[in-house]
Amino acid sequence: MTRNTSSCIAIGLAGSLLLAGCATVAVDADYRQAALSMMKNDFKSKGPVRAERVLQQDEVDRLCSDPDHAVTPDIAARLEAAQLATVVYPADGQYLGNWKAGEAIAQEGRGLQSSDAVGAVNGANCYACHQLTKEEISFGNLGPSLYHYGKLRGQSEAIVKYTWGKLYNAQAYHACTSMPRFGHNAILTLAQIRDVMALLFDPASSVNR
Amino acid sequence: MHHRFITGIAAAILAVAIAPIAAAQSPTRSSTADEIARYRQMLADDNPAELWEARGAELWKKKAGPKNASLELCDLGKGPGMVRGAYAELPRYFSDTDRVMDLEQRLVTCRTTLQGLSPAEAVKTPFGSPGNPSAIEALVAYLAGQSRGMKMAATASHPAEKRAYEIGRQMFYFRGGSHGFACATCHSASAQRIRLQQLPNLLEKKDAQLTYATWPAYRVSQGEVRSMQHRLYDCYRQQRFPEPGYASDSLTALTMYLAKNAEGAVYDGPAMKR
Repeated sequence: MTRNTSSCIAIGLAGSLLLAGCATVAVDADYRQAALSMMKNDFKSKGPVRAERVLQQDEVDRLCSDPDHAVTPDIAARLEAAQLATVVYPADGQYLGNWKAGEAIAQEGRGLQSSDAVGAVNGANCYACHQLTKEEISFGNLGPSLYHYGKLRGQSEAIVKYTWGKLYNAQAYHACTSMPRFGHNAILTLAQIRDVMALLFDPASSVNR
Repeated sequence: MHHRFITGIAAAILAVAIAPIAAAQSPTRSSTADEIARYRQMLADDNPAELWEARGAELWKKKAGPKNASLELCDLGKGPGMVRGAYAELPRYFSDTDRVMDLEQRLVTCRTTLQGLSPAEAVKTPFGSPGNPSAIEALVAYLAGQSRGMKMAATASHPAEKRAYEIGRQMFYFRGGSHGFACATCHSASAQRIRLQQLPNLLEKKDAQLTYATWPAYRVSQGEVRSMQHRLYDCYRQQRFPEPGYASDSLTALTMYLAKNAEGAVYDGPAMKR
């Protein structure tokens, strides 16, 4: 924001024609700041949700909140590299857990709402946005279908590591994706991510049958 | 309307108990929609929200508070006591408070200034629950109903309204929290759904109008008339955000953004929704 404003002043000195465009940038930054201070005043921590944690965005969430979608491919690439660096891979090389436990995690939508209990086990709510199996017809469409995910892709190290990274921190692959950062933001434990991985890759799972 | 409404009450009470169960058991979205359509038919197009409207009309005229005054001289933007069409033009700037206010903020002003309630008393029980009805939801249902058939005209033309609109726009896109969700995550593309629940695209004029011009609404799943404040409160809960203050400037700014996007819609509430 500060950088925008100061570069505006420099451009503004160079030619008054550009002043109008600069004013827009400065005003948008003002609105962003005004929105933030209003929200800081009005939103209160409740249950497992800490207000300061939500309103203090990290860089990627802050840039992806721009109403005019200012994240250029260059910026996106830089953000994605930084997010990829946060991914923690399983130390023991065990990527796959129990697919049945994974199915239950994929179905469960509870967790981390202000009305939820503090310290409860969170679900991943995969079905809210994705088709996963033939049996479950109540699925959303914000994300692509994951039916036959492993059957179609196999279990090469590359695809397994990529999928782990995607579950751990989806913004490592698409800076402004809508998919939550399940590992990075501690929505799921590593053990839970293993179980969801098994749901996606185990040939016997409901996804791949 | 009143006769139809009275005969509908018995059916309504029964159906209110049955409908949420029926909706929950329905395997597909279309059959949930069918259930609500069937429910409407049972009520012969009556809506339980009429109960709230009737109670709100009484509360509006009833003397209450330390000043033992009614709300009939409340100025909702069109002059003291002018309720017809007032809701359709909210939120708007009020010079006496020097703030942009939505209906529920303005009700707080009137209940404190006219009736002498304390600010805490004026926001008591903003959302009703079984056995604990909300006077606010009843007043909101009555006042919104007084704009039925009229064009929504929150114009955001006053500089303070324009500013509220721009702040609301920033809020709409604001990502944060454990899940990184913003309003825009679910409401900026068409034909999207969470599980089987359809999501309105609030950036698309028609969708924005259809959605905004039907709140407040009787929620079949909750058995209550819910206001716009409640709608946004619950959106933020599902978004994994902290709790927004009731009748706060933040929620009014966001409402200003949504109201402006719905400008020109014919108000058709309080409606009946899932």
